[in-house]
Amino acid sequence: MTDIIQKVKNLSIGFRSKKGEEILILKNISTNIKKGETVGIVGESGSGKSTLALAMMGYVKHGLYTIGGECQFNSSNLLKMKSKDLEKIRGRKIAMIPQNAGQALTPNLKIGYQIDEALQLHSDLDEKEREKKISELLNKVRLPSPETIALRYPHELSGGQQQRVAVAMALAGTPDLLLLDEPTTGLDVTTQAHVLELLNFIAKDTGTSMVYVSHDLGAIAQVSDRIIVMYSGEIVLEGPSRDILKRPIHPYTHGLLKSIPKLSLAGLPESMPGTQPQPGTIQSGCSFFDRCNFSDENCKNNSPKLEFLKDLNTSVRCFNYEKLVNESQASQTVNKIKNKSQDKEILNLSEVSISYAKQKLLDQIFNRISDDNPTVKDININIKKGETIALVGESGSGKSTILKSIAGLLRTKDGLIRFDENRNLSSDLKERDPNDLRIIQLIFQNPDESLNPNHTVEEIIAQPLKLYFGLKGEELKKNIIDLLQKVRLGEFYTSRYPRQLSGGEKQRVAVARAFAAKPDIILCDEVTSALDVSVQAAVLNLLQQLKEDFGTTYIFVSHDLAVVRAISDRVAVLYQGRLCEVGPSNDVYKFPSHPYTEVLLGAVLEPDPDIKPKLVAEDIVEERPPEKGCSFQGRCSRIVGDICKKEIPPWQLTDSGNAIRCHIPIKELQKEQF
Amino acid sequence: MKLDNIYKEEKKSAFAKLSEIIITMASRPSGIIGLSILVFHIILAFISPYIAPHDFKAIDPTLMLQAPSAEYWFGTDDLGRDVFTRTILGGRTALTITFFGSLIALLWGGLLGIFCGLVGGKIDDVVMRIVDAFLSIPWILAMLLIVSLLGTSTEVLIPALGFFYGKGIVRVARAATHDVIAKDFIVSARARGHSNFSIIWNEIIPNVRDAILVEGAMRWSWMLLGFSSLSFLGFGVSPPTPDWGLMISNARGLMSFAYWAVIAPIVGLSSLIIGINLTADAFAKALGIDRSTKAPV
Repeated sequence: MTDIIQKVKNLSIGFRSKKGEEILILKNISTNIKKGETVGIVGESGSGKSTLALAMMGYVKHGLYTIGGECQFNSSNLLKMKSKDLEKIRGRKIAMIPQNAGQALTPNLKIGYQIDEALQLHSDLDEKEREKKISELLNKVRLPSPETIALRYPHELSGGQQQRVAVAMALAGTPDLLLLDEPTTGLDVTTQAHVLELLNFIAKDTGTSMVYVSHDLGAIAQVSDRIIVMYSGEIVLEGPSRDILKRPIHPYTHGLLKSIPKLSLAGLPESMPGTQPQPGTIQSGCSFFDRCNFSDENCKNNSPKLEFLKDLNTSVRCFNYEKLVNESQASQTVNKIKNKSQDKEILNLSEVSISYAKQKLLDQIFNRISDDNPTVKDININIKKGETIALVGESGSGKSTILKSIAGLLRTKDGLIRFDENRNLSSDLKERDPNDLRIIQLIFQNPDESLNPNHTVEEIIAQPLKLYFGLKGEELKKNIIDLLQKVRLGEFYTSRYPRQLSGGEKQRVAVARAFAAKPDIILCDEVTSALDVSVQAAVLNLLQQLKEDFGTTYIFVSHDLAVVRAISDRVAVLYQGRLCEVGPSNDVYKFPSHPYTEVLLGAVLEPDPDIKPKLVAEDIVEERPPEKGCSFQGRCSRIVGDICKKEIPPWQLTDSGNAIRCHIPIKELQKEQF
Repeated sequence: MKLDNIYKEEKKSAFAKLSEIIITMASRPSGIIGLSILVFHIILAFISPYIAPHDFKAIDPTLMLQAPSAEYWFGTDDLGRDVFTRTILGGRTALTITFFGSLIALLWGGLLGIFCGLVGGKIDDVVMRIVDAFLSIPWILAMLLIVSLLGTSTEVLIPALGFFYGKGIVRVARAATHDVIAKDFIVSARARGHSNFSIIWNEIIPNVRDAILVEGAMRWSWMLLGFSSLSFLGFGVSPPTPDWGLMISNARGLMSFAYWAVIAPIVGLSSLIIGINLTADAFAKALGIDRSTKAPV
């Protein structure tokens, strides 16, 4: 057929281990990409999805080699092509959009220059035509005033704008096939929704085929016509996206969809046990056997083949898919969390302001910070014992800054942080006594960075035990093993190094270290955003279990509203370091909302093709909070007039105890948002 | 699994790690060549007094500037001394002095660098400017001054060389510390309230140790060259102790007709330096600190 643009045939890619064994990263992959079609390739880290996408442009990563099969583009095998011929195809016929556009753009060249470079390489236009084409391309990716953007340097643009420039560069060669490797990962929720919308528009407008690689089923659901689910180097499920998302007939996809927290459901999603096997460890049987709820003897000994089901128009690699055909995705069960918070207040922030401004000489002498417009201002939150409060906002909203101040890592400019109603926590780390430090512990976003790579798990967990309780010898060992068991890791983990653990295991060790101090409050800074979806649910469930056992209070920072919805009792929404809305999570997720909360909720991507994100506000990035008036005035779509620019809005209470800081009366907000 | 076994495994691993590193080093051609040269020189330094065929200080005017022969393998020098004997003995002083010199350089340079990297701010500014100032002084002039004031004894040379070669290590250690200082595990240790000493010892040193060790190994070869230059200028080892730098200096005037007297010590010195350099490079690669990392594409 002529409308097939890329044909992958029996492709196997792998590497040779030190012992000389051939280890496969991709196992016998066959698929076709049709003209004008958007295919989503989804899988967890290590599933081989990026390797497949790179092979589609004839590139095999250093250290890997093609073991068999081919990638046909216009009926020539890219993997056997000479680099000179490949150069003619890459950029002109097949273009790639990288994950991190900020790193993919050359920092010392102007945007226009870089696009022009791509045009010179991939088209035969003369200077005048190229000039026109540059503004045309920038217009197409909806960048405001192309003439000025073309003269800027990459660092002068926001993350979303950089990603748009990368799209423009890829379009410069008018390619037939666009490969996108996690193009929206790392962008803010609202920006992500805008970029996806742009990609959808471009797919329709230019008729380009797209291959969209991502771990995020929510993003995949928004763009793709067809979905390929990869697991351990194999295609386990392939079919039209609606069918796959609505009726996942492979146990892995089924479990994956169940473990994603949803906006519409409060409570923790079910987690999938286990982790993806390392390449080369599976000898016989189905690679998903260990984690499958539907497996039997047959699965252990025989590996299933990818089977095309005509009536479902889907290919599946499973013996027992029939068990899943009748079960729909809607049967998602969640573990409802009980709000165990007591009335006793444990932490109180009153009028807290934090500034990153550099101290002038005079300020240094008087040991003060003078900044009229600090990064974080007027934060008033009461946190009750045993509750989970979430701080939500996009990057730059000051949520992590507030955490740092509570932990004592950052001085506050003004305001008080009180613990247990009467104990005043001084803002500086050095002035806090050891007990003040013990009661507040941190868990970080990236366990790769938060665990010392040269310490064993035992040494890592021993640190707080030695420091705060002076434990030694047998007692220390006993405590370490006790903690490891609490986070569901066995005692044989003690002698391992972080590099020998998977992402989820590492984060469990970090959790164990935090609990080793027997803290009253644990600050969780984006603790699940670096983890795979199936692992994320497990870590959230663990945190909830530990909280119920120990009565700990969590302050949970996240940009992911669905995760926050799953775990928190109360939510505080921040914009530009100012509070917009504070309330019980059930009410924050219901209208009426602060206009900013409305924007955030609208931009959440659900793994459901029927729920489209609502783009309410522009994705402008504001550098500094406005000096006067409402913090959200720059992007608000419901702005009522001068009052928003001049006066700080008042707090208004809804009937359910939700506090919204807006000039628009609650009743009117309610009317407009419904 | 019994608990005791786990802990036993841990203790054994330091030796196991070292042998693993050496095996990895030896698995590369450059590594095995470098290691063999270095080990050969070290063994030679230990056994040379016992295997030397002649007395290194026996002057015999009748044997002046003899060409290599069966009796005198590398010939004789202008005072009739056996060049072979003097060559195999000539590396001992240099090796000893520079080995301890680089240990001192590693210690003070590494610790000061880590400390500056951790505390930052004004202390860091002041210390680094002082280090910069010392870097701008030609070290050989300063060494000449020290040696002429305090003499050329080992007790003077080792700390003096150690001091001058440690300045560069300060910079490397500080940069390596900056790499890890922003990582969350350091922030985490700070938030727990660990002391600066505990953070340096537990969190930073294990992570910068490799980079500093490799730098120290490179400094060792530079210091060897530096020390030989001092001897060449007459400020290192005093005659009649055999030393390569000194031998080269004595014989260079006679190079046109008695080339053997100068070639032997040159080969000795340069082979040792090459050996140390290759070993240091292989060491860096075995530890995963590859300076010549290529772009991934």
